[in-house]
Amino acid sequence: MAEIASTAQGTAESPALWEPRIVGFLCYWCSYTGADSAGTARMKYPPNVDIVKLMCSGRVDPELIATAFAHGADGVVVLGCHIGDCHYISGNHKTMVRMPLVRRMLADLGIEPARFRHEWVSAAEGEKFSKLVTQMTAEVRELGPLNWPALLHERGVGHGADLPPWGE
Amino acid sequence: MPSANGKLKVGMYWAASCGGCDISLLEIGPRLLELLQIAEVVFWPCAADFKYANVVGYPDAFIDLCFFNGGVRNSEQEEVARLLRKKSKSLIAYGACASGGGIPALANLKSRDAIFDAAYHHNPSTQNPEGTEPQPLVETPLGELEIPEFYPAVLRLRDVVPVDYELPGCPPQADRVWEAVQAVAGGAVPLRNAGLKVGCTDKTVCDECSREKKQAKIARFKRHHQVRPEPGWCLLEQGLLCMGPATRGGCGALCLKADMPCEGCYGPPPSAEDQATSMMGALGALLDATTEERARELVAEIPDPVGGFARFSLASGYLKVAK
Repeated sequence: MAEIASTAQGTAESPALWEPRIVGFLCYWCSYTGADSAGTARMKYPPNVDIVKLMCSGRVDPELIATAFAHGADGVVVLGCHIGDCHYISGNHKTMVRMPLVRRMLADLGIEPARFRHEWVSAAEGEKFSKLVTQMTAEVRELGPLNWPALLHERGVGHGADLPPWGE
Repeated sequence: MPSANGKLKVGMYWAASCGGCDISLLEIGPRLLELLQIAEVVFWPCAADFKYANVVGYPDAFIDLCFFNGGVRNSEQEEVARLLRKKSKSLIAYGACASGGGIPALANLKSRDAIFDAAYHHNPSTQNPEGTEPQPLVETPLGELEIPEFYPAVLRLRDVVPVDYELPGCPPQADRVWEAVQAVAGGAVPLRNAGLKVGCTDKTVCDECSREKKQAKIARFKRHHQVRPEPGWCLLEQGLLCMGPATRGGCGALCLKADMPCEGCYGPPPSAEDQATSMMGALGALLDATTEERARELVAEIPDPVGGFARFSLASGYLKVAK
């Protein structure tokens, strides 16, 4: 399985090359359009967020967030429509319940709170988007690489799938 | 398939587990006599006096069915797992610990140093003025003493060796065990398989549960020592944290029949890899919250998201350990 870490991130030997890699899950109707409007207005923000466009922030299964971290993301940001603005009426109501739970789980697993953000960004809030990305990138840069695959390797877990069949 | 005397050779080993799995094999009751008619035990340290040396002496692929219960916490367990893999035609991860890490894998929330610190130094019931810790190799006047190395994390059996079947549950439910044994012994399924889950269904515990769902939203979370649940009504809707929607079926919703919420011992449902996040996904639609503030309040009532939602499956989830 391709690890996110192995592509753009620096390694322990060459930390200078390291750039924070943040995965952003953005809803199509508000936040993605908000990010788009930041671009159209030529606002400057760091290129560290890899945006995944989803139809609704209610589609962000917490499993996606865990997967992103497990594969080497340094941060995850989930953006959706403001409560009351959801194109699907109540999709983001599910998001607002799930995200605090995810936050608590990540805290229990020792992942710093600044590495996970959940905000509401409307289609008109390009400036909010660019500020948020700038701030989050700075905070994650301060924290340094998370590199969960290396942690799993260090603890000797997670290599089960790589074993040849039947140990032959 | 049967060997010289026509009997199936069966082995059972326990690693990092409580011993309940060994007992659960006996739970098949009178069918045990049926099992002993078609099978002979060639290795079962819990029930009979077999040594590792006996197993080493067996030819390769000598054991037909080998049940391995418990996770892999130390080097001895890994060594035996590798040995049994070599000596077995079919290696079955038996129970929640062998297939998903189980309760012992909750220790993955702490590092090895933190565990040693708690167990050997700062435990109120521990007296250890010299600060002794177990060492894999110790020089003594009588020679070197070797004990197994404590691993930095609890692993599933499949993290160490290829596994043919996984039989989840804490412990696996007796009827399901018997069905699985019959299927493998009767040749209905191949001896070798790629860690296929057996002794469980392809649905969730909710699908097996007879409690009525009234489509009520959760207004408050309660713990099961605080309330006497209303009979016949979905426990989750009553505010008791039941893992039913995020747990594989197969047990027949046994706990729910006794008014106890599901704890999730059969591991994640077929549609998910990670049980904890799967449960968070399910809860998203079940809470009675229309404002963010209310959602935060309700979520804060959940005592322990990791320990509660990944109680039996931390080692099989995505993140597996704590930093």
